[in-house]
Amino acid sequence: MSKLANEQMKPETQNSKPETQNPKPKTQNPSPFQVDENGYYGNFGGAFIPEMLYPNVEELRQRYLGIMAEPSFQQEFQQLLKDYVGRPSPLYFAKRLSEKYQTNIFLKREDLNHTGAHKVNNTLGQILLAKRLGKQKIIAETGAGQHGVATATVCALMGMECIVYMGEVDIARQRPNVERMLMLGAQVIPALTGSRTLKDATNEAMRHWINHPTDTHYIIGSVVGPHPYPDMVARFQSVISEEMRWQLKAQTGRENPDYILACVGGGSNAAGAFYHYLDEEEVKLVAVEAAGHGVHTDKSAATTFLGKVGILHGSKTLLMQTADGQVIEPHSISAGLDYPGIGPIYAHLKEKGRAIFLSATDAESIEAGFLLAEMEGIIPAIESAHALAALDQLDFQASDVVVVNLSGRGDKDLQTYIEWKKKRNE
Amino acid sequence: MNRIKSCFQQTDRPILNIFFTAGFPRLEDTRRIIRSLDRAGVDMIEIGIPFSDPIADGPTIQHSSKLALDNGMSLKLLFEQLEGLREDTGIPILLMGYLNPVMQFGMDNFLEKCAETGIDGLILPDLPISEYEKNYQQAFQKNGLSNIFLISPTTAENRIRKIDALSEGFIYMVSSSSTTGKTSGLSAKQLAYFERVNAMALENPRLIGFGIKDAESFRQASAYARGAIIGSAFVKMLEGSLDLEGDILGFVKSLKG
Ligand SMILES: Cc1ncc(COP(=O)(O)O)c(C=O)c1O
Repeated sequence: MSKLANEQMKPETQNSKPETQNPKPKTQNPSPFQVDENGYYGNFGGAFIPEMLYPNVEELRQRYLGIMAEPSFQQEFQQLLKDYVGRPSPLYFAKRLSEKYQTNIFLKREDLNHTGAHKVNNTLGQILLAKRLGKQKIIAETGAGQHGVATATVCALMGMECIVYMGEVDIARQRPNVERMLMLGAQVIPALTGSRTLKDATNEAMRHWINHPTDTHYIIGSVVGPHPYPDMVARFQSVISEEMRWQLKAQTGRENPDYILACVGGGSNAAGAFYHYLDEEEVKLVAVEAAGHGVHTDKSAATTFLGKVGILHGSKTLLMQTADGQVIEPHSISAGLDYPGIGPIYAHLKEKGRAIFLSATDAESIEAGFLLAEMEGIIPAIESAHALAALDQLDFQASDVVVVNLSGRGDKDLQTYIEWKKKRNE
Repeated sequence: MNRIKSCFQQTDRPILNIFFTAGFPRLEDTRRIIRSLDRAGVDMIEIGIPFSDPIADGPTIQHSSKLALDNGMSLKLLFEQLEGLREDTGIPILLMGYLNPVMQFGMDNFLEKCAETGIDGLILPDLPISEYEKNYQQAFQKNGLSNIFLISPTTAENRIRKIDALSEGFIYMVSSSSTTGKTSGLSAKQLAYFERVNAMALENPRLIGFGIKDAESFRQASAYARGAIIGSAFVKMLEGSLDLEGDILGFVKSLKG
């Protein structure tokens, strides 16, 4: 174990927001890694939507920043993040895991949020926005069911009608979350087309929105979709790195970590964890994709490795597709990462070399999940376990500060873990 | 003269535009369907390029797209099948498709191929106006291709005016806030929307599509526009057909009398 490294760490483990905390003033020059006024991250993004959706998306584009800046919005949002979600989420120094990897590993505990993942940061923000847009109904897509649960939860909180689209395959592999959504009063509609996973649930939600444009807001669950969704969702998730900054400072005395690792499906938890560090070049941002059975098998979801530039769900981004432009059905054991596209910001970060892209297989991720359970007493979501698995692929210094964004808890995945263990023991 | 323009000028009767998905029901049916539609007397044909994720389409066209892809249809193959198209028909032919397959084919390459084949216009529902103006308008014009824009009941008046100014050929008026293939009849609300746009006295003629399915809805829509587009109802008919030519003739006859 790296004693030296741990001695450098300040002993206090303060986890409440200091009174004097001042967010760093926004630089005058717009960040090259943030969305531009046309809705693009470099060459990626945009709003490639049928005319039927134009009024909705345009209204959102014109109003999201204004609404988010309103004091009454901020007051309500911050209060609920604190009292309802339970924020700030702890930044936990994982001592035994740090010993194993001979470095200093901190876990950003999004798994401790109400509903068990980072997703609720976004659904809470969007439903407050939807209310101010005068919408009465909410629709959402979900893969792992975490976003569906987080949406159903805030709909119950606000007394709004909620419909969640979910692929039939995901309904089967994430049953506990389906039951939670139903108990929360949402209607869960199976997507029966294509691979019957997240992509198809998103198609169905978009079709629903085309059919119900005036009274309905679509809460997209990741940094995907037409502009302004990627930016709006990233802003709602940016609370993750906002907290990380003062928590790290309090616990280590340092401004910046050396590494931030996060799993990427669409990329919302990673976008939140990276947000305030995008312009801090010395922070290595590590995006971990799902390799499924292996990046070079035909059962993978590692979009930045396998994708080409394309357009899906309203956004120009990297996309797993055939030479002919048909979208390829991805594979990941984790329903939340089983998506053939990726948020447009990642296509840009990849092109600019600003982030490190890694991938973890089903097997590596599940084993990383068991490791965390056994060493730290934390059962991670299989999505988050992908980020943990990538610890094996990096070469850390003893003095490095490494933050892993633990995006969610593994309760929903127990069945998958149990089955894996059974197979392993056979 | 441009085939779309002359189509609208040649007649005062309602224009019937029929949509079908390329490669459906069988891979090799494309030319046979075009010939049959031409012989049956339709005024215009819209050929759908199948895509794996057609978000503006309802179950019928989704299903036909999936079968077409399973059959092996691709944009490359479609252009091969359409070689010599103009020996078969003189009516306007449009291609309708989502942007991603077109992008992979290469937009420039695609537009040149369309011009070479004798295609008259394109409907790319997920190509936004701003992108068209900025990146593609010149190339469309260079290749003599009309870009057909959609409007819907929620499209604002100033945007309809803008679309009218950008359009060459006709405006595709989506009949309701819906995906393709809705089967309920035309409501009073829809008729009010048709009337509202009618009263705008636009430069371009309009064809009404989405949910037009039989003689009655075709007649109703044609009372408010220059004609209508029928897609899902035709595609549904094709799937069960044992005699394509005969059934297509019958289908068109039932609409045009
Ligand atoms: C716990 C957890 N982590 C990560 C993800 C992936 O989404 P994103 O990449 O948007 O964070 C999901 C999605 O369902 C999730 O439930």
